[in-house]
Amino acid sequence: MSLNSNIPEGPVTEKWTNHKMNSKLINPANKRKYNIIVVGSGLAGASAAATLSELGYKIKCFCYQDSPRRAHSIAAQGGINAAKNYQNDGDSVQRLFYDTVKGGDFRSREANVHRLAEVSVNIIDQATAQGVPFAREYGGLLANRSFGGAQVSRTFYARGQTGQQLLLGAYQALEKEINNGGVEMFTRTEMVDLVVVDGHAKGIVVRDMRNGKIKSYAADTVILATGGYGNVFYLSTNAMGCNASAAVKAWKKGAYFANPCYTQIHPTCIPVSGDYQSKLTLMSESLRNDGRIWAPAKKEDAQAIREGKKTAADIPDEDRDYYLERKYPSFGNLAPRDISSRAAKEACDDGRGVSKTGLGVYLDFRDPIERLGEDAIRARYGNLFQMYEKIAGTNPYKEPMMIYPAVHYTMGGLWVDYNLQSNLTGLHVLGEANFSDHGANRLGASALMQGLADGYFVIPTTIANYLATQKPGSVTIDHPEFTEAEKAVSDSINKLMSIQGTKTVDHFHREMGLLTWDKCGMDRRKEGLEEAITKIKALREEFYNDVRIPGTAESINMELEKAMRVADFLEFAEMLYEDALDREESCGGHFRGEYQFTEDSPEVKSGKTQPGEALRDDDNFCYVSAWEYRGYNQTPALHKEVLEYENVKLAIRSYA
Amino acid sequence: MAKLNLTLKIWRQPSPDNDGWIETRKANGIPTEASFLEMLDIVNQEILEEGADPIHFDHDCREGICGMCSLTINGVPHSKEEGVTTCQVHMRKFNDGDTIWIEPFRANAFPVMKDLIVDRTSFDNIIAAGGYIDVRTGSAPDANSVPIPKDQADWAFDAATCIGCGACVASCKNSSAMLFVSAKASHLNTLPQGQPEKDKRVLAMVRQMDEEGFGNCTNQYECEAACPKLISADNISKLNRDFALASAKEAVATV
Amino acid sequence: MSSPLLSITKLWSSSIGKKIVVALTGIVLTLFLAGHLSGNLLMYVGEHAFNEYAYFLHHMLHGGGVWIARIVLLVCITLHIVATVQLTIQNRNSGTKYQVDGTQRSSLNSKLMIWSGLTIIAFIIYHILHFTARVGNEYNNPDLYKVIYDGKEYHNAYKMVIDGFSWFPATLFYVIAVTLLCSHLSHGVASIFQTLGLRSSKTDALINKGAKLYSIIIWVGFISIPISVMLKIIK
Repeated sequence: MSLNSNIPEGPVTEKWTNHKMNSKLINPANKRKYNIIVVGSGLAGASAAATLSELGYKIKCFCYQDSPRRAHSIAAQGGINAAKNYQNDGDSVQRLFYDTVKGGDFRSREANVHRLAEVSVNIIDQATAQGVPFAREYGGLLANRSFGGAQVSRTFYARGQTGQQLLLGAYQALEKEINNGGVEMFTRTEMVDLVVVDGHAKGIVVRDMRNGKIKSYAADTVILATGGYGNVFYLSTNAMGCNASAAVKAWKKGAYFANPCYTQIHPTCIPVSGDYQSKLTLMSESLRNDGRIWAPAKKEDAQAIREGKKTAADIPDEDRDYYLERKYPSFGNLAPRDISSRAAKEACDDGRGVSKTGLGVYLDFRDPIERLGEDAIRARYGNLFQMYEKIAGTNPYKEPMMIYPAVHYTMGGLWVDYNLQSNLTGLHVLGEANFSDHGANRLGASALMQGLADGYFVIPTTIANYLATQKPGSVTIDHPEFTEAEKAVSDSINKLMSIQGTKTVDHFHREMGLLTWDKCGMDRRKEGLEEAITKIKALREEFYNDVRIPGTAESINMELEKAMRVADFLEFAEMLYEDALDREESCGGHFRGEYQFTEDSPEVKSGKTQPGEALRDDDNFCYVSAWEYRGYNQTPALHKEVLEYENVKLAIRSYA
Repeated sequence: MAKLNLTLKIWRQPSPDNDGWIETRKANGIPTEASFLEMLDIVNQEILEEGADPIHFDHDCREGICGMCSLTINGVPHSKEEGVTTCQVHMRKFNDGDTIWIEPFRANAFPVMKDLIVDRTSFDNIIAAGGYIDVRTGSAPDANSVPIPKDQADWAFDAATCIGCGACVASCKNSSAMLFVSAKASHLNTLPQGQPEKDKRVLAMVRQMDEEGFGNCTNQYECEAACPKLISADNISKLNRDFALASAKEAVATV
Repeated sequence: MSSPLLSITKLWSSSIGKKIVVALTGIVLTLFLAGHLSGNLLMYVGEHAFNEYAYFLHHMLHGGGVWIARIVLLVCITLHIVATVQLTIQNRNSGTKYQVDGTQRSSLNSKLMIWSGLTIIAFIIYHILHFTARVGNEYNNPDLYKVIYDGKEYHNAYKMVIDGFSWFPATLFYVIAVTLLCSHLSHGVASIFQTLGLRSSKTDALINKGAKLYSIIIWVGFISIPISVMLKIIK
């Protein structure tokens, strides 16, 4: 199947305007005849469900949590970007567009990114009208701060809880529509299969997590807004329940999965402290506005700190290596995430890590506290400092925080065209679950922007292009495809329950996570990836022979829920490794050790970049990798969407 | 790394229809760096090794923001530690040899589903009744067209930090949901955007709260002490005031 | 039903509405206590002053004043009791109970409200039977309780109080009831402000201290009289 991205004609600045003009319309009386399924109730899902309901469509919305308000968008701390230029510092839609394309290491689709930058301003208006309490100046107008990868202040924020406030705004809009009767909400209900009828996604099969009942729901189109796949690493900043199952089910039914190897490692997380650890906690990137990142310049000092013989305060300034400021003088501590993460790894690999495990560097507020006073710092970051103290047990006003990179966000996702429709007709994918806007690396404060852009402003327009071609209610759950899908789901659950092996689900999840982090983490190499592919097949085999799930499938059973998600991850992981293996270049969140600038590179000699930086290969890899499922234990098939840059000149991504 | 040996007294209940009981279980060798839920993870792994049904509890983000974790530690939601959720409680706060009682959030409006998992749909119903500003997507004016005094914005924010966990209900001997309801009402009623629907919102939310079977506030402020986000009972005072005014207007005024 | 009446019904059936009724009736009862006490303190001024005060109460508005006061108080007490008992029954059935007590902030006074309240009502009934209806005693006997000032006949309420408190069990019950009243007031008066939306964390300390001070004044004032009688300070 060829991939048609359906990018509208015309200059990039007019594409979205033209597309809105040329998109099909459905008259209000007919809208209410169309049923839409929305899976996921985070920023993208809740905003889409609410807005589509406002337009008159009949919505069924599903989430696995006990309430739509719990979706993991809630945990985003730092902020949301918008090209409002309220600061008069030279921002514009064009600049946000450029920063995002460059930040994505020139692997995103220009047209989508420009649209994102255009609607960013509407998101702020919408959220403010909903009562989202963004930070304000004393004059009563909105405040901004700066974020990684940008030299303007365009990030709107609500203390360290921006995601929470935006999600609650969307959640309240969703509840409003539930009250109005436009949305039917299904909580504690997990999608366990996608139903495809005559090549169109027309429904889903779900498992009611309260009683294990398997049920089907049909609709005229299905929207997935189910988030990312960071938990394939076991330890990540994702919530415990975050999973890729919905996306994997869609992939298995024919939807292509794009760019899985673009995984973002966030530089400022609290380091791992033990093997019982269940998840990692992120400290907002906004801390890098004032905090300074460093590691000891001398290995002896680092060792002494690890052994508890010295503390950070014992290291004089001349023996501290503020490596981001040193390497990237103009962006300094605000260098993009992938670059900052890799720099931390380099320092620790060099034996200069400061946490007990050797995997940690300092994020130090000594200087800003001296300059601005403790109160000013408390006003800006109080809740983050408090959070750190609760987890790490040390006082960050007195001792620097320790940080280390952790998996945070996944840029890859189900392939979608400009309408956010998958190659699998009738399936739409929003937010982190799709792949389209961030390229190989997402900039800080852009995830909230994209989720809400997709849900509030893009899908309500573009979905009509599909629906207008469909007769409403043409498929019901009486169709044999539903019966078959339900049976397949029951069979797979029975299979899992009947294994009764010796190992827990977490055992397999942890093994998979370690393998993925080790071979497909911050530094990937060919041999490692090949080894990982062999190992993951074996692990999958072992899982299906030796996993043990207690209890019954007909009640709340958290082990079964986990097992079903891990089973999907085990298939997904292999595709992730295949993608990383295929992409023989380094870009953004995908760093292949074999492809980096060295002392001998001409670009290094001319001073454009430095040894160790990612070496992109635009001649051979300027494409989106879209993977097609070909069966259990079969290597997936690669399809390419060539990326064309008409407005941005491909360049070495330099933050020096 | 220091380790703790603990005795757990845990509520077990296979389903809503079964009676529950307190199960006593040893938890040995718990690292002090582990979080409370990680301690339960460790215990659950042992239970799984024994081939039994693990302790079911709600949890998700494990960083204190999603509001899903819902158990009580020694009779207090999220433990006695100030301003934390259960997932943020760390075992370094306990001593070797401690006995810890772990029960679900208790309230008729939060029925137990299994072990420590309760159903908090009643909270969603209250929000659906009026906990929003009715603004159609696309119809919003420019965000800076309405300046909001900083103190108002801060007040609204403080109220808006509610994570909807239900600790206020679970800590209240009357199972009153006043702190939850007042936090949302206060957030929206303080902002200029929220004024047009203020009276309608307050009346609808309070009536839905009563409908859901929550108890009545007796001004003892246990909720304020238990709230992991330190939401102030000032919001309850404001809700009472707004409700009285809205009721009076409903009774006698035409506009 | 007319619209205002419907709204009042809705108010009564809602939890906050009922609490507003409790608070408003609480204000009346609280203020009544202050008035009652200032009258009682005339016992220290002397027999003449106290009996004239009692005479005034019974004869203002041609004797109608006392009945208006009685009816208002009766309505307030009834509403106060019905509302709080209904609220308490709902609260008792709300389902929050743990194996170990995790109370962090509730004051003892706040936990005793229903019991202090019920004791007070029992006392009020006794108190009315004792001094107002004068059941089971001789206080209505004009031979014993009649005084004449400037040729005008007065009931000797002063003597009645002294006689009433000369019986130790009556004094004991009085002291217990007034102590519980003090406890009831210390939570109740502060609660009036919260329930009517007049408290904030800025005024919290002031309101709490004010409520405590007020209840202590009421306690000391009321209790001092039977004690003074027992100690023969008043005779």
